[in-house]
Amino acid sequence: MCLAVPVKVVSIEGDEAETEIGGVRRRVSVALTPEVKAGDYVLLHTGYAIGVVDEVEAKETLKLFEEIIKLSEVH
Amino acid sequence: MKFIDEYQNSELAKKLAQRIAGHSVRSIRLMEFCGGHTHAIMRYGIRQLLPETIEMKSGPGCPVCVTAIGDLDKAIALAHSPKVIITTFGDMMRVPGSYSSLQQAKAEGANIRVVYSTMDALEMAKASPNKSVIFIGIGFETTAPTIAASIVKAEKERIGNFYVLSFLKLTPPVMKALLGLGEIKLDGIIGPGHVCVITGSHPYGFIPEKYGVAYVISGFEPLDILLSVDKLVQQIETGSPKVEIAYRRGVKPEGNRKALELMQQVFEIDGADWRGIGIVPQSGLKINKEYQHFDANNAFSGLLRSARNDKPAKEPKGCRCGDVVRGAATPLECKLFGKACTPEKPIGPCMVSSEGACAAYYQYGASYE
Repeated sequence: MCLAVPVKVVSIEGDEAETEIGGVRRRVSVALTPEVKAGDYVLLHTGYAIGVVDEVEAKETLKLFEEIIKLSEVH
Repeated sequence: MKFIDEYQNSELAKKLAQRIAGHSVRSIRLMEFCGGHTHAIMRYGIRQLLPETIEMKSGPGCPVCVTAIGDLDKAIALAHSPKVIITTFGDMMRVPGSYSSLQQAKAEGANIRVVYSTMDALEMAKASPNKSVIFIGIGFETTAPTIAASIVKAEKERIGNFYVLSFLKLTPPVMKALLGLGEIKLDGIIGPGHVCVITGSHPYGFIPEKYGVAYVISGFEPLDILLSVDKLVQQIETGSPKVEIAYRRGVKPEGNRKALELMQQVFEIDGADWRGIGIVPQSGLKINKEYQHFDANNAFSGLLRSARNDKPAKEPKGCRCGDVVRGAATPLECKLFGKACTPEKPIGPCMVSSEGACAAYYQYGASYE
């Protein structure tokens, strides 16, 4: 029920957007994410974008994994 | 970057698990609130990666599972009305009610359609002006704004034959109810990531403050979950429980403002009936006065009342789904599990839903054992 997957926004028209994941295109509502821009990734839940994926934070988390691992290897 | 594969690296997962084992000293009990987390944990074998000091419990975060059987009976009663088209998410179809299921009602001729989105239900209402199209509104804060958006759209486009039967539920009040019950002692909670995309992290402050329980909001990929467990263990070992976001690419502390506004515009807070828990005050969303012409509870009140009087709700005999959603029993402790109750012939909703703990144990049970 609370499943949401990241999909890429290709284009926006009013409160709807064309999105793409793995070559599959789907029209979704962006009524809940007025700040969205073409090129963003959004979390798609039951046909609605419920949030815009923060790319900077996504990269930070990946960096954090690497740092944690390095730290644990030192000890 | 696709924001999925990067968080599934098995080498990193093993190293993260080793790190957790390295600093987990006390025996602790964690609950993953969300059924989506339960499935990810079982699917990726995360329990086996964790040290013996960490016990994991599944929680009530499965909307289908916690829908009260009496509420499901209401949906089935409406389905038998000849002028009605019921629209619902697929998971609800096979859940047994007291006397029937939506699937059985459909086989008996009721007009029931599985939809992927409330937008599909709206389209159906436009295409069938002589029918009343009722959407069965189950879900938590993740889903509530999408239903609010559909009601606002119906108002704007003057779609007069669209209704919602709201069984929407809120997560902070039920967490409070479970912690207050004290039935099982918890040291930490893995917070539901997609609920918190909407709510933000603020509504959960009472969990560490009042109950001293650690709370980390998690994403759904294996590395996300391990990172959250790592943070929970750190908080618990250092005796400093707090609310932390380990899913920062999706969750902001303030949540999704637009979604919260829409919820406030359309709904008001009310008590809700949770399977296995009972009525939890202020844990439900009903449609407010301004939008009450979309409320199926209003529009079909006579029908709903007579159905309830004719056939009072009754739970399936022997089913422990109610205990499972509280974390008070594991699916393996239910006598029906895997014998009388299977995904092919489910007795309780925990075996039906793609987020149900019983379904997860059944599907991935071999690896868990």
